[in-house]
Amino acid sequence: MKPAPFDYLRPKSVAEASVALGRRGITTAAIAGGQSLLPMLSLRVAFVDLLVDISRLADLKAVTRTPDSVWIGALTTHAAIEDGKVPDAFSGLLRRVAGQISYRAIRNHGTVGGSVALADPAADWPCCLVALEASVRVVGRNGVRVQKVADFIRGPFETTLSSGDIIMGFDVPTPQAPLRWGVAKVARKSGAFAQSLAVVVSHGRDGPCSVVLGAAGPRARQLPNVAIEVRAGKRGDDLRAAIAADLDDLVPDADSYQRRLHTATILRAVRDMQAQ
Amino acid sequence: MTSVTLELNGVRIADEVEPRQSLADFLRDRCGLTATHLGCEHGACGACTVVVDGQATRSCLMLAVMCDGRSVVTLEGMRGDATMDVLRRHFHESHALQCGYCTPGMLIMARDILLRLRRPDAATVRHELSGHICRCTGYLNIVKAVVAAGQELGQPAQVTEAIDATASG
Repeated sequence: MKPAPFDYLRPKSVAEASVALGRRGITTAAIAGGQSLLPMLSLRVAFVDLLVDISRLADLKAVTRTPDSVWIGALTTHAAIEDGKVPDAFSGLLRRVAGQISYRAIRNHGTVGGSVALADPAADWPCCLVALEASVRVVGRNGVRVQKVADFIRGPFETTLSSGDIIMGFDVPTPQAPLRWGVAKVARKSGAFAQSLAVVVSHGRDGPCSVVLGAAGPRARQLPNVAIEVRAGKRGDDLRAAIAADLDDLVPDADSYQRRLHTATILRAVRDMQAQ
Repeated sequence: MTSVTLELNGVRIADEVEPRQSLADFLRDRCGLTATHLGCEHGACGACTVVVDGQATRSCLMLAVMCDGRSVVTLEGMRGDATMDVLRRHFHESHALQCGYCTPGMLIMARDILLRLRRPDAATVRHELSGHICRCTGYLNIVKAVVAAGQELGQPAQVTEAIDATASG
């Protein structure tokens, strides 16, 4: 359980970090909270020649609110969100999602940027940020780019990040009307990664709906058929039929247990929202 | 080797470490502070929990180099801590340990729980401690001890003062 040797650098600026991460001929990785990366290095499922510690870069820590959106700096920890230190424009959804991630000692260090950069299909933030149609801002050798989180994550543990890229943070659009939401997560034990994870949001009582399923398929994805039925206020068989259609598309090779599990998770999240 | 300077249990120390060395190994092997126990070494068991800059932290998931300029407190540094003293007594009275391997992590997390959540009930304590594995006790007495310590510490201030006055008088 000891990582293989690596070099360590703690740059003073984002630009310096980007240059270090983009060095040719060696494997580099950025470390923020390190709560996933360090176990991966210790278990030797990941290897780096150079670890670039970005955890103290003030430019990645900003949290601000404008009329249109909330900006969440990449280094914002799960615990900071759990404790309400991020402006809440989302009726408590972010606090709920943050509080169900792993354990408090992990949440004290784990960051939103790190979670999205890792792109674990069962992780909480990708699912939530896709549901909220958030964008990610990335700085790299070719300047700054902005991308929807849904497009940024390409598959399991795969993003559009390339050598020298650093996530600055996330722009989460303010809901058009007070957000109603539901969350459901099934995990074998508290703090474990989800086996199924659903986030449902509705902009107001009959505004646009978004239903996202995680821990199913290669990445968190929208369930368009379910969203239509939820917006129309449907329950029961109509909802189940829409779930079946979306699961056929999203996880065609799911076995009967997984289908039942995902169906239950989606239904719970929808009911959780409808109860608000 | 990389040089680090940190405040460890209130004392400023400087040392040279290999970048890959975890804070846990640094504490045990370089500093001789063996209250911090290592169970799983990948963040699953909670035995190695310490406090870094005031926050409960798994010392197996933190590199010693990352603690440069930070403050680290281990169980050894919590003698005389008001919350820890009460917790330690309740762990003793409730027989909340058998082999003691998980106990340092349990105590540090229990202190964090009591500082964040005033007088938590048993269900809350159970949930908050669920990242800590104990293979002996079945958790019953640990939960009992933390709840009891919370109730004692959560008394209104004047009552606590009265008890203190009696004790010192």
